[in-house]
Amino acid sequence: MEKSNVSHSCKAVIIGGSAGSIEVLLKILPALPEPLTYTLIIVLHRKHTAESALADLLTSKSRLVIHEVEDKEPLLPGNIYLAPADYHLLIEHSLVFSLDASEKVNYSRPSLDVSFESAADVFGPSLVGILLSGANADGTLGLKAIKRAGGLIIAQKPETARVAYMPQQAIQEAGVDYVLDIFELARLLNLLNNQGD
Amino acid sequence: MIEEHDLDLLLNDLFELYGYDFTNYARASLKRRVQRLCSLDKFPSFAELRYRLRSDETYLKHFVEELTVNVTEMFRDPGFYRVLRQEVIDNLRAKPFIRIWHAGCSTGEEVYSMAILLKEANLLHKSLLYATDLNPTVLEKARKGFFSLSEMKLNSENYIASGGVQDFSSYYTAHYGQVKFDESLSEKMIFSTHNLVSDSSFNEFDLILCRNVLIYFDKSLQERVLRLFYDSLAQLGFLALGTRETLRFSGVEPKFKQFSQEKIWRKVT
Repeated sequence: MEKSNVSHSCKAVIIGGSAGSIEVLLKILPALPEPLTYTLIIVLHRKHTAESALADLLTSKSRLVIHEVEDKEPLLPGNIYLAPADYHLLIEHSLVFSLDASEKVNYSRPSLDVSFESAADVFGPSLVGILLSGANADGTLGLKAIKRAGGLIIAQKPETARVAYMPQQAIQEAGVDYVLDIFELARLLNLLNNQGD
Repeated sequence: MIEEHDLDLLLNDLFELYGYDFTNYARASLKRRVQRLCSLDKFPSFAELRYRLRSDETYLKHFVEELTVNVTEMFRDPGFYRVLRQEVIDNLRAKPFIRIWHAGCSTGEEVYSMAILLKEANLLHKSLLYATDLNPTVLEKARKGFFSLSEMKLNSENYIASGGVQDFSSYYTAHYGQVKFDESLSEKMIFSTHNLVSDSSFNEFDLILCRNVLIYFDKSLQERVLRLFYDSLAQLGFLALGTRETLRFSGVEPKFKQFSQEKIWRKVT
């Protein structure tokens, strides 16, 4: 997977995960390049009571600040955004986030499918979708939507996931472009940077 | 998959035929809601959904009800209610009369939560709770004060987490899977339709709660509604928004001062 293989110009990367995904993020976030040339959006299934401790935890492992999204917050390249607990995270064409407190999807709020589909709608081929460890099928339909819109889709290598079910579903159902271990995921996030050079 | 252009046609129909203006709703969420209804109600195509909406006023009613989000619970976000209970309500205590507006009250869970807080603070007798929504069906439900018994476990846990010390079940009586809340709580509630998109201010309030309603609006409509709230608040009145809603991106921000870590502001100018 060399730079020419991820040749499309990446404007946004969206990472989704559930059980076992935080430990992966804690490994790949410290390896992120700086400055980031794309927007990084993280959507995780999380306990409602965890509040913003998760953003602090992830920030502590990254040189970049992780913003826990507030409604109508603008999406800026170079920033990392985390979906807040108990809301679906959507993206408007005007490049601001919209939150949505409607019914759970796949027993989840935030739902990965909801955010992935919305991001695909806005970023089309300039989007990269990554699905990490988890015990639920959420995310697979969303990855399909990203692919339909021309984006690149990737699943964490199930053998490296604490809970393999979620990436496995995506591999079986969505026809992912790459299956990567944690080290390769970190490398990809670096390769996606600075496509202009 | 509904295209942007289809959504425009549909919003135009809703406005021209029925006077409902959803054009300044947050587009991403609205599109999802329409798509969801299209699949729930098993329309084979967008064109058939549009035809049904144009020709069947009964379906329209259902459509509008389902398009707007009515997901709510009592004492939702207990930490917020703890601040209301411990800090906000004390600031209202000295007033001869307390007026509260629940804007976008849905099926009324929040209004009943507030009535319980006021009753426990011994202030309900001098309070009035105005509860408004654009949707007459949810208002009717709120007015009756019936809720599903199955929701009471969560509501009761929220109540306790918000600092409640009474037996929560003492506030209602259960009948066949439903509960009816005590009429002493609803005596001070006034239910009315009010559309934040088009209607204006109708009173002056000491506290306005509008939690997880503005998220469904675009920035221009949010701005209109926040002005409306500003105009409807007494000096030093409180405005309460949802956990991830903010005045940060609005022109009214300098006119308010954040009151607590929870999303509560006071009108200061």
